[in-house]
Formats: sequence, C-alpha cells, structure tokens
Amino acid sequence: MTTTATESAARSRIPAVPGAPLLELRDLVMHFNVKGEGMLIRANNKVRAVDGVSLTLGEGETIGLVGESGCGKSTTGRLITRLLQPTAGQILYRGHDIAKLSEPKLRPYRRELQLIFQDPYSSLNPRHTVGTIIGTALRVHDLVPKGEELPRVRELLDIVGLNPEHYNRYPHEFSGGQRQRIGIARALAVKPKVIVADEPVSALDVSIQAQVMNLLEDLRKEFGIAFIFIAHDLGVVRHFCDSVAVMYLGRIVEQGARDVVYGAPQHPYTQALLSAVPDLGVARGTPPKARIRLSGDVPSPINPPSGCRFRTRCWKAEDICAQVEPKLERKADGLLSACHFAAPPAGSLTAQVD
Amino acid sequence: MVLYILRRIASAISVIVVTLIASFGLFYLAPSDPAGVICGAKCPPARYQEIADSLHLDRPVYQQIWEYLHGLVLGTDVVSGGQTVHCAAPCLGYSYVFGVPVTTLIMHALPVTISIVFGSAIAYLCIGTLSGIFAARRRGTYLDRTIVGGTLTIGSVPYFVVALLAALYIPTLIPIVPQAKWVPLTESPLKWFLGLLLPWIVLGIVNSASYTRYSRASMIESLSEDYVRTARAKGISERRVVYRHGLRAAVTPLATIFGLDVAFALTGAIFTEQIFGLPGLGVVTLRAFDKYDLPVLMAGVLIGAVVLVIMNLLVDILYTILDPRVRLS
Repeated sequence: MTTTATESAARSRIPAVPGAPLLELRDLVMHFNVKGEGMLIRANNKVRAVDGVSLTLGEGETIGLVGESGCGKSTTGRLITRLLQPTAGQILYRGHDIAKLSEPKLRPYRRELQLIFQDPYSSLNPRHTVGTIIGTALRVHDLVPKGEELPRVRELLDIVGLNPEHYNRYPHEFSGGQRQRIGIARALAVKPKVIVADEPVSALDVSIQAQVMNLLEDLRKEFGIAFIFIAHDLGVVRHFCDSVAVMYLGRIVEQGARDVVYGAPQHPYTQALLSAVPDLGVARGTPPKARIRLSGDVPSPINPPSGCRFRTRCWKAEDICAQVEPKLERKADGLLSACHFAAPPAGSLTAQVD
Repeated sequence: MVLYILRRIASAISVIVVTLIASFGLFYLAPSDPAGVICGAKCPPARYQEIADSLHLDRPVYQQIWEYLHGLVLGTDVVSGGQTVHCAAPCLGYSYVFGVPVTTLIMHALPVTISIVFGSAIAYLCIGTLSGIFAARRRGTYLDRTIVGGTLTIGSVPYFVVALLAALYIPTLIPIVPQAKWVPLTESPLKWFLGLLLPWIVLGIVNSASYTRYSRASMIESLSEDYVRTARAKGISERRVVYRHGLRAAVTPLATIFGLDVAFALTGAIFTEQIFGLPGLGVVTLRAFDKYDLPVLMAGVLIGAVVLVIMNLLVDILYTILDPRVRLS
C-alpha cells in the first residue's frame, strides 16, 4: 500500500468542533409511515424502525451493532450515512449536525462517511465498469484532476487485493468476494473517516468471509478508519470490534466494551443471543452449555410493547417492566444496560474461542 | 459482432422469403380477379383473356412465386398495358390499376410515412419518457396520479377520434399550426416541417401516453435497485443518479417496445395518413386492397417483413450497448 493513500487518509476537510467526538448519535429516531387497512379512513401507522438511539464513535474506533433481523441496525447505518433523513434526533459529525442537511450541503460529509453494502451482487451497477464505479466517486469529490482517475483506481484495486488491470471489467465478471472488494475499494476511494459496514460478509461464504474480514482489519490499521460494523454474526463482531451495541426493536439495550459484553452481559436479551452461538467445544467433548431459548417472535415495530420492549419474551419480566421503560445505565465497568433486573449471567455463556 | 450480424441477416432473409411465399399463396388463392380489375367494367372477353395470359395467371402458383422472387432479385420482363417492359431489380411488378412500376409508387409514399413515423417518434419518446421519469420520481403524489390518470384518459379514447378532432380544431385554435400537407423535404424543409407538425403533435401526444406508463413503471423499478443507493452514498448529484443509473437501466424495456412500434408504424400509419390526407404507404396499401392490386399489396407485405426484421436486429444490437451483460452469440 502506498504512502499517498495513508497520508491523505489522515486528513479531514471538516474542521472539528473542539471536544466533539468523531461521530455522535443523539436520540436518533426514524419512523416510516405505512398505510393501514380500511377503505375510506386509513389509519396512518408508523413503523418505529429506530426509536431513540444514542451512540458515540471515536477516531479509529470500531463499534459492532448487533441484533435480530428488523431491529433497526441497517436503518441506523443508513441514517448515519444520510441515505435516509431521520424523523428526529441529531447526527453529529465532528460536532456538526448533519441530520437535516440538504443534499448539496451534505456532499462534503458524504466523503467522510461511507457505506459498505451487504449484497455485493445488487449494490454494484451491472452497466458500469469497475473503473467507472470507483472512478465516479473520485470525480464527484474532485479528488483527482479530471481524466486522471485511472492510476488511483488501479491503486485502490491493488489495495483491496484485486488485479489492477481489471478496471475495465464489469461487476458480473467477478465472484462474490471479489465484488465485495470492489464495494470496499469504492468506499475507500474518497478516503473516508468513518465506514459503516452493513453486514459486509453475510452474503459471502465462510472462507471468503475470513478473507474480507482480514482485509477490513488491515484497512482499519493502515488508514485509521473508524467502523460501525453491523452484523448478526456475533463471532465476526467479537473478532473485529472494540465495543458492541446490542439493539432490540429500534433501541440499544446493552452497550459496552467487547470483552465485557461477551464475558459478562447483564441484559437478558444479550445473554440469550450469546447463548445461541453454536459451541464448537461440544464436538471436542466438553458438556454443552445451557441455552436460553426465547419464545415467540420480535413484536411488531408498529406497535411496540409498553415499558421495556423485551418484556414480552423475557423470563425475568415483572409488572414494573410493563410500566417503566428501563434507561440505558451504567451497570458495570464499561457496560451500559437497559434492564430493571440487570445481572451478570449465572454461568459462562460462550464457549472459549481462544 | 460482425459474424453475429451476418448470421442474423441470413436468418432474416429466410424469414422474409417464408413471409412472402405464405402471403403470395394467400393472396393468389383468394377469389380475386386481377384481369377483371385491369380490364374495367365493360370488358370484351378477348381482351380479358389477353390480360389474364400476360399476367401468367394460368400458371401454377409455385411458378408464379418463383417468377416473383426471380424478378425481385434479378429483374424481369413484365407485360403492362399490352406492352412488354423490362422491370429492373428489385422488381415488385407493375400495379394492375395504375400501370406503373410498384417501386415508383412505393418510392413516392415511403418518404411520407418515414417522415411521419420518425418525427412523431421523437415527439412521443421525449414527452413520454420525460413525464414518465417525472412521475416515477414523485411516485404516489398528486402530480404522479394526475399524470397516470391523464395517460389513461388519452389511452381510452380511440385514436381516430383524437386525430379527427385535432385535425378539425387545432389549426383554427392555434393558427401557428397549419393544416397537414405533404411537401417533400428536398423541396422546402420549412414547408415539410410545418406540413407535418400537426400529425406529429397528435401522434406524439397519443403515443406518449403509453410511453409515460412504460417509462414510469421501469423507472420506479430501476430507481429502487440497490446500486442506486450505492450511487447516492457516493455523493453524486440527484440528476446523475436518475439519468446515469436509473434511466440507463429503464431504457432496455422501452427499446423493445419502441422497436416494434416503429416497425408497425412504418408499414403505414393508416389512420394518420387518411385523416390528414398524407399520401403515405398506409393509404397506398389501403387503396390496393380495395382494388385487388396484388403487386402493390405484396410490396406492402414485403416492406412490413423487412422493416420488422431490421428493427428487431437493431434493438438486439442496442441491448449490448445498453447492458454489457448481454452478449451476442
């Protein structure tokens, strides 16, 4: 990897407000309007996809965002990169609120906040060459003089481990893993400070997942890019992230340093999630750990339960859970939990990976 | 690519020959009386027989087909009006009614039809695609619904009603637009343009209704593709997102329909030509049908087949430009 890429990756065009973190979400809310049933009078329902999410990301940090399907992880990612406009709340990038900015004013921020998409098949335009896909970003943000995108495109392809000579090929000529590398090269092209990786490996098979994860790891070390890593694979998050936030029905229910969340989570939902991770130790002869089985489905985000949103599936739930919504509070060193009955698990939840 | 085109042309020729043989058989087996048409109402039997002989109507059908194809490729001698004339290739025969080579008739009518078809195509492609994109980007709003409702209204009124009303009212209400009149382009480009303005407007508005709907539907689909989101994430302008990413994908189905529409229209915009009094292919074919003028009818069929095959080939080649995943082989 070349020095030019490393040097300029460290610069940012946006002056920071003193004391402000790299990225901060404050009570972020995203409600989608949906039409209810009925011939004449339709109830205007709201899907509360994200309902008050707060998060802080420092320079070069990685936060893992985990949770079941439909808990609002991807929506949060799209809000941060402003592919969606939040209903309420603030998105502070270096202290500047970008939640309500218009598209032209947003453009310099788009350079700093990039997204890696989940599906490497549909997220690349099949009618454009790889050179165009990566080069457009360079051109739009005036990163290279006009007509001189090619050397940089080839450099980027080299960085993500693709053959630089393949710039004039089309996406369908690459495999899934290679296409995801193209997506990564595209995100890297504008030298972002933050990359939101929206399940970047879940569409890939396991051997390729490892390659792509190692590539992301290298890029993080090389360029000091901060990551928001959205995944439902807890193993991948443990491998990649400094800290973890667990989401349930549009809210963060538990958040903390990786080792604390994985070692001694206090929220029942996190405990249930971790106990569901397949245990390789069983195959080696150790007795299987106790698994917490949750019954039922995630409630509808149109009409979430009162009080604690997890109470309908929680074995610890009592009356207070339906009446008072638990706040996200500090429960242990490096751990925030939103539960009235937060407590460390009785035994070990996860198999020892190392 | 060159090999592919050559192969397509070869198969196109076989399609055209089969079409010709089939329609030739149908026309000549039908209970028509070409000799009677040529001879007129009070026809002496001797004259009638003479004409029938000169037309080779007594020969078997397959021989007549062979002679027709032979004339088409190499030229032939034809008996017309009691005289033997040489008809150079491509010989489409002599009109029974007018006694002139069919090629001459076609050559007079074709520029009219081509002018109408391509002029109106530009009009309805522009109006249709732009309003389709406009509606797709405002999907679900009142503007969108108004446009969709408008296209339904236009689409449900029969075309000849719209055309007749337009021919009657537009020149009186909007004096800038004159009555339709055919003036060859070579004679006076301005008069050519003004004379065709009215049919272009009418055809443009009527056809743009369906193109609005097609382009709206395929734009809605292409704008919801994941790679459009990728494009937005790059920070490129909305106009670029819509045209470079959205429209580029939406154009493929439009090209298919457009190729077929133009091919059909080129065989004769019968209503348009008749209502606006333009001497195009449609009028020529219609008149030939009335009079059992078989050589002219055959020429109409031939042109139709050729145009359809060419348009399909062009559309297939266009696909490879629009979508690099399509490979011709």
